[in-house]
Amino acid sequence: MELQSQHFREKAADALADSAAVAQRDKIAQFTPIIRDAAMQEFGSFEALRKHIKRIRQHSLDNLDYYLARFELEATNNGNQVHYADTPDEMNSIVLDICQQHGAHRVAKGKSMVTEETALNDYLQRGGLEVVETDLGEYIIQQAGETPSHIVAPALHKSKQEIRELFLEKHALGERALETTEDLVDEARSVLRETFLKADVGIIGSNALIAENGYSMLVTNEGNGDLCANLPSVLIICTTLDRILPRGEDATAMQRLLARSTTGQAQTSYTSFYSGPRREGELDGPLETHIVLLDNQRTDILASDYKEMLQCIRCGTCLNHCPVFAATGGHSYGWVYSGPMGSILTPLLTSLETSEALPNACTSCGRCGEVCPADIPLPDLLRDLRHEQYQQKMTAPRWRVGLKLHAWLAVRPSLYQFLTAMLTTVLHRLGRKKGSFSQLPFAAGWTSVRDFPAPQSGTFMQQYKARTKADE
Amino acid sequence: MSDPSPPSVSLFVTCLADLIRPSVAFASIRLLEQAGCIVDVPVQQTCCGQPGYNSGDYESTVPIAKKTIALFEHAQFVVAPSGSCAGMLTEHYPKLLEGEWQERAIALAEKTYELTSFLADVVKLDKAPAILTQMPTVTYHDSCAGLRELGIKEQPRKLLRELCEVDIKEMQQADVCCGFGGTFCAKMPDISGKMVDDKLRDAVATGAGMITGGDLGCLLNIAGRARREGIDIEVRHVAELLSGDLYSPAIGEGE
Ligand code: SF4
Repeated sequence: MELQSQHFREKAADALADSAAVAQRDKIAQFTPIIRDAAMQEFGSFEALRKHIKRIRQHSLDNLDYYLARFELEATNNGNQVHYADTPDEMNSIVLDICQQHGAHRVAKGKSMVTEETALNDYLQRGGLEVVETDLGEYIIQQAGETPSHIVAPALHKSKQEIRELFLEKHALGERALETTEDLVDEARSVLRETFLKADVGIIGSNALIAENGYSMLVTNEGNGDLCANLPSVLIICTTLDRILPRGEDATAMQRLLARSTTGQAQTSYTSFYSGPRREGELDGPLETHIVLLDNQRTDILASDYKEMLQCIRCGTCLNHCPVFAATGGHSYGWVYSGPMGSILTPLLTSLETSEALPNACTSCGRCGEVCPADIPLPDLLRDLRHEQYQQKMTAPRWRVGLKLHAWLAVRPSLYQFLTAMLTTVLHRLGRKKGSFSQLPFAAGWTSVRDFPAPQSGTFMQQYKARTKADE
Repeated sequence: MSDPSPPSVSLFVTCLADLIRPSVAFASIRLLEQAGCIVDVPVQQTCCGQPGYNSGDYESTVPIAKKTIALFEHAQFVVAPSGSCAGMLTEHYPKLLEGEWQERAIALAEKTYELTSFLADVVKLDKAPAILTQMPTVTYHDSCAGLRELGIKEQPRKLLRELCEVDIKEMQQADVCCGFGGTFCAKMPDISGKMVDDKLRDAVATGAGMITGGDLGCLLNIAGRARREGIDIEVRHVAELLSGDLYSPAIGEGE
């Protein structure tokens, strides 16, 4: 997916100007935390399990070499072919090669943010293949020529009406009403059924790679992943090497928080484990299976101060709880990943300079860190990125000067108190009648949307010192 | 058994109370004294350093943190009428500093409290300094740092109800950020404006005549937007309400 993060501010302004879309996002932003909280309350042991998951994720990452080697061994023994890709392009070309070796024409694809990251669809299409997304959300945005607005619910930004119009335009199925959600889902299902049956290659992602047995776990709510995996004769699993977990029970422990956090479900409708190609005597399953493991900066992140970000299980909960995400929508972030996790991952996977706005699109409200099932200190990592920007002088000069001056004064109490007393006295005199300023020369950002409340008469320190003096 | 000696409290005024709303700091002193504390105000204090720290200027924040620690570490208790400033001292100074200074930061963190949690949990204030007969109906905005870093949620509500018999009408999303976020509100004003609009809509829908809360940053943001949009709702810091100070104009209101 093409990086557009440098346009965050403009995109956010556009997103805020579309009142129907704002209303839809507001509704979702109110609803998703409620279902999450209800699921966690019923579950009862969120804190204990998330600490456990964090430990497992950290342990797996700390021993990545060992567990990857183990995974590769087990997966190969199961008949899989394991490939490593350093860069997005490498992953794309490995996948295209496999398709071409089999003379494939059609690819059925399950939802995979990793392949969004590598822009695999474009690559395969340029290579002459027909690629159809089979996750309903992904299918909708593919038809619309758009990109995902949420890592779990890619078409979150689409209203029912928009989807109806899209289907009426794209599916040559004659006159029909398509009034209800069921009608829309039924139509997509019947169109997609053909895709599964005709596909030569299936491509899916993975939620976890299990080292002890070489299995790959996938959770979906539509079962489309299983159809992609089992009907075509070739299966390619595209994922990143940080998905590794030691044991099957670690994957299921993770799974217990994953759906609860996002959709409030105790379980996703489908949780599948893929072991490898069809074995002798089996009636179905792919004849050949490949697992392509992308690095794309992950091992660099592992060696950096942002290592904890790799604990992410891609549940999307931080997006659902982020008020900035709710205000701007996922597309404003300009790449695959959005919300708090995207504001950290995008700079790390692309460029801190290009995505300068993202770590600043944060009020440090802490809601993301509170709900993250992998216990990632997201607000701290976001602030650390701002620190890096500050050090690399990416922060706007007027901010740098202002902050430096403030810090310089803050350790000089007498001067600080003298100057602040002078300033507040002036502001108090000017503002006392009206109570607030609609414009202030040094606070244009503040007063562009709100008044600046006028100070009371005299700073506290002035008044306090005067009082203690009078008492003496 | 003789009475234990009264707790002695050093007030961390916070820069916003110092510069914009001293009545909050005076109200805090009244409340602490009502609770039997001996209050002193170290006059060399300035700001806890959040603006630079949250904007990523860790290096300039270090001397501010050290200065604050040196000024307050001899206190028995440190109390601030702000969750975010108290959180800066308790949660962030220890992360920011290293070695001996980190230890001193942790020692300071252990005795630092936000005002309402200190009053409700530590000294258990059970009587307001002044009872007003005409208490307005209020809605309480949970400021993010107080809520999530320090777990402040029930304490201010309990004090308002039990000491002042205030009727609290809850917002649907009292715990969602108001869009202040320190320098965020000036760096991304459009997004911040949308967030504070949501907050105001939520507050107005409760029918309460006043929004209160424990952090001036949020309250200045909320009051400023209410003034801009002509929304008729008073905004005051919870310390003012608890201490019975409803005489000075509300935040952003003229004399
Ligand atoms: S950062 Fe945490 S909450 Fe956000 S997607 Fe990753 S695991 Fe989920």
